[in-house]
Amino acid sequence: MIPLPPTAPPGVVTAESLAADLGCFPTREQYYELVKSLKDDGFEMCVDLCGVDYLEHLERALPDGVPGTRFEVVVNLLSLSKRQRVRVRVQAGDENPEVRSLFSLYPGTEAMEREAFDLFGVLFGGHPDMTRILMPEDWEGHPLRKDYAVGKVPVQFKEAPGPR
Amino acid sequence: MSDPTVRVAERLEPLAAETSEGPQGLQSRAATAGEELGREVGAVLRQSGLKLDPKDVDYERRDDETMIINMGPAHPATHGVLRLMLELDGEFVLRSKTVIGYLHTGMEKTGEVLSYLQGGTNVTRMDYLSPIGNELGFSLAVEKLLDVEVPPRAVWIRMMMAELNRMSSHLVWMATNGMDLGASSMMIYGFRERELILAFFEKTAGLRLNLNYVRPGGVAADLPDGWEDDVLVICDTVEERSYEYDELLTGQPIFRGRMVGVAPIAAEEALALGVTGPLLRSTGVPWDLRRTMPYLAYDQVDFDVIVGTYGDNFDRYAIRLNEIRESARIVRQCLERMPSGDYRTLDPKVTPPPRARIDESMEALIHHFKLFTEGFHVPAGEVYSAIESPRGELGCYLVSDGGSKPYRLHVRAPSFVNLQAVPLMMRGGMVSDAITVVSTIDPILGEVDR
Repeated sequence: MIPLPPTAPPGVVTAESLAADLGCFPTREQYYELVKSLKDDGFEMCVDLCGVDYLEHLERALPDGVPGTRFEVVVNLLSLSKRQRVRVRVQAGDENPEVRSLFSLYPGTEAMEREAFDLFGVLFGGHPDMTRILMPEDWEGHPLRKDYAVGKVPVQFKEAPGPR
Repeated sequence: MSDPTVRVAERLEPLAAETSEGPQGLQSRAATAGEELGREVGAVLRQSGLKLDPKDVDYERRDDETMIINMGPAHPATHGVLRLMLELDGEFVLRSKTVIGYLHTGMEKTGEVLSYLQGGTNVTRMDYLSPIGNELGFSLAVEKLLDVEVPPRAVWIRMMMAELNRMSSHLVWMATNGMDLGASSMMIYGFRERELILAFFEKTAGLRLNLNYVRPGGVAADLPDGWEDDVLVICDTVEERSYEYDELLTGQPIFRGRMVGVAPIAAEEALALGVTGPLLRSTGVPWDLRRTMPYLAYDQVDFDVIVGTYGDNFDRYAIRLNEIRESARIVRQCLERMPSGDYRTLDPKVTPPPRARIDESMEALIHHFKLFTEGFHVPAGEVYSAIESPRGELGCYLVSDGGSKPYRLHVRAPSFVNLQAVPLMMRGGMVSDAITVVSTIDPILGEVDR
């Protein structure tokens, strides 16, 4: 496990993470500053950003001092110069999940944050274009949420009446 | 009968409304805020504060001076159902935006109701030109959670199949890229050579396209008798013919005119956008996960990482052409050094008992039945594993809750991220260059939309 960069905000919980050199569990307030300090520390690329809905596992195992919420945003950062990976898991909230957008740090998160918004309804504050990306603009609900049924919604056509 | 002109107007308006994707599409400049406008004109590295260069005269361009046109979603040069919206000044592209989702089938959601054994049939359909890559990424993630050791023969079979798949994927790219540029003989040649590889896949896995061959714990079947000869023929043929493609395309003036110096991207921009694969290597960044973060047995074989200089279309072409040769080189080494032994792990946790045991043992039968109905249980945890697919870093983020199905299956699709380079690469080019931009990014829409 590698140490956090010295510029990281104080009090960020870290833990061993499978197939990554470091796992971080910042709060929503620490999230942006932590990723910024990691970027300045040589993590040039944000390879992946996705949401997870832990509705069925609200009491999951997390390191001490990390209160789990229903939604989690998982960010995988990569350092090409050091050949290291860092996984950042931020607890995004229960009812109205929202975290700050990483767009100003990594412009490449634009599509990934839109996808997380589209499929989970996680809002990213400061994102320039917070629209759906995979689903049609008038779609109701966020399909990858655990309370969204699988295969029980008829295919929506523009002309047809909606399911609800 | 009423006035025919009126009827035409009545029919047109609802049609235009039906194809609109609302705010997902390219909006007029008046309706686009600063950062988003900057993104659409490709100002990737000037995002913070957005101080556009005064030379970017079109920043102040009025809406009535430009035209927004649609390309796709059903356009032959968009390689699937990609919709491009371009803002044009005459024939030059000022802004562009990709509209995706036309092939979205909810594969990540489907992955949550399929067991780990069935998961392969799902992920293999994402990047339909490199099914082995998808299966490999998924299987490696499951194996990391399971902590299962894969026998050496399975590792080398996987590596050989992955490289054969890289060859076939790049051959299709050569073919479709040739088609986009009007070199339609390349189209025929590319698909002809790919056919050899698909025939070998069929012989090995039983299927040509969506193989479901690489599975958690190993591969589905051992290599068929006489596989050495088939693989040798493939390597010899493709290598020899790659020099013919070289002769056909590389020096051809029309081809060069549309490739050399067109649609450049800088290394810093590629890194900021998270772009990987040949697109990143064309900018001169020697980043290939097979070399830099080796998985399987890539640290035991000799191969070169092909790197470009200028980040233009031609570099991307040269990288893919040479990667075909490098893959053939790896396949030859697999051929020589293929270890003997089992093609899947003998761990009873994931592998059913041998067929002969089922006839004589009730426990073996029950075990077999349980594995294929309920599936095996994977310890709770989360993992991100990445491999180098023909298009870049293919990552699989897997969350398990200890059950026999993934709690969350997320695939980091390289094409999805690479497509974000479109506005940057199209900026200032002509509409005809837009075709080559999409072509050399090589997006697979099945993977973009999942």
